[in-house]
Amino acid sequence: MSDPTETLAITPLNALHRELGGKLVPFAGYEMPVQYPAGILKEHTHTRTRAGLFDVSHMGQVRLRGPGVAAALEALVPGDIQGIGLGRIRYTLFLNAKGGILDDLMVTNAGDHLFLVVNAGCKHADIAHLRRELPPSITVDYLEDRALLALQGPAAAAVLARFIPMAANMPFMSYAEAEFLGIPVLLTRSGYTGEDGYEISVSNDQAESLARRLLAEPEVEPIGLGARDSLRLEAGLSLYGHEIDETTTPVEANLVWTLGKRRRAEGGFPGYDIIRNQLDTGVSRRRVGIRPEGKAPARDGTEIIEGSGRKIGIITSGGFGPTVNGPVAMGYVETAFAPPGTLIALLIRGKAHPARVVGLPFVKQNYYRG
Amino acid sequence: MSQIKFTKDHEWIRVEGDTGVVGITDYAQHALGDIVFVELPEVGREITQGNEAAVVESVKAASEVYAPVDGEVTGFNEALVDEPAQVNADAEGSGWFFKVRIANPAQLDGLMDKAAYQTYLEGLA
Repeated sequence: MSDPTETLAITPLNALHRELGGKLVPFAGYEMPVQYPAGILKEHTHTRTRAGLFDVSHMGQVRLRGPGVAAALEALVPGDIQGIGLGRIRYTLFLNAKGGILDDLMVTNAGDHLFLVVNAGCKHADIAHLRRELPPSITVDYLEDRALLALQGPAAAAVLARFIPMAANMPFMSYAEAEFLGIPVLLTRSGYTGEDGYEISVSNDQAESLARRLLAEPEVEPIGLGARDSLRLEAGLSLYGHEIDETTTPVEANLVWTLGKRRRAEGGFPGYDIIRNQLDTGVSRRRVGIRPEGKAPARDGTEIIEGSGRKIGIITSGGFGPTVNGPVAMGYVETAFAPPGTLIALLIRGKAHPARVVGLPFVKQNYYRG
Repeated sequence: MSQIKFTKDHEWIRVEGDTGVVGITDYAQHALGDIVFVELPEVGREITQGNEAAVVESVKAASEVYAPVDGEVTGFNEALVDEPAQVNADAEGSGWFFKVRIANPAQLDGLMDKAAYQTYLEGLA
């Protein structure tokens, strides 16, 4: 539980959230809107059918600059950072010496520097980690003066193109510096909903006017963190502290695709020996998608059992999927139970409920590939 | 003439003879947000005042519904199984949860009437 006496940080959009009737809750040390008056179900569906605007200014934006910065960052992550093309983005992971995941992050090759976006709850540890582990010739700038908005949904491109025409043609996982009605923005075509969309980095003092301008477009509604969570769950995307943490490796977490081919062969990142061994000989558990066969949602922490009642895993995220129109979950199961279609059971309030392992995502991803 | 009583945990019970109809209050449905699932007690189950009798789940979380009185469950609202959003639409009417045969009517005296519940809610604000 959160301590009511702790001081919560606020984002530059805090006053706007209040004006819009947002229900503000503590999240990762910030006071953030979990929902607006429309409610999570409507906000979720609106994002899947039109466009939703999210305040994700609590996330950490970091600039890395210096000679050989891409090679230097590769010492901390398993992704092919040197191979990121100019103006392109890659999803990668900070790893510890055991191959456990310290955080997941986006890395952009912005030409003369790398632009990183890291999780709110991990950002201070990440920045300390970068400052400690990178050579002194690399500068680590925490961009505290910048807000981050996400515009997500099938109408996002049409909306943004009214202000930034080139935005419509940006491929998924690309980056551009642009101007929105004279406001300088850093634009990425990326997101955390499974839908097409953008993240827009803007200076704190111009964030509210940009947000108001986007909300004035007929397709756009404000969306809270509640729908952000149900959207990413249906999209099969991991949440730090749930599907991934210091005790899970990229192999167990089904994130082998983030390991660059060259990096897999050459190593040179934390936990390489353990991860190489897991790639060669397998792992004892895997992250999977789970569909309960009944209507009861299975929440984070729900035990997964097999027919005999033996525990074979645990749910890491679960709830009601508004687009699926039923319960959906992700979790870890023993590898033997990981193939899609495997019948398992979930122990909800002491009762076994049948469920099946399924492939991810639950809802088809709708990214713009150009 | 029926009377309605309220608990500090935001359940209501409408007394009709020796039977009580139980649900959650409008305040509770509003605080929970969009309700997507309810788990109702089976007929014949003995419930005890203050103990879990049903479960209500919003998109975000599961919450327990406590028995306002002791008694035996005599029915439940089957419509909620397929349409849990009925609780949001009409929490203190068609969104009722279950019926209970009241074992100890004296327990009703310890619950709040509408005016007292309103005052209690104002204290929470």
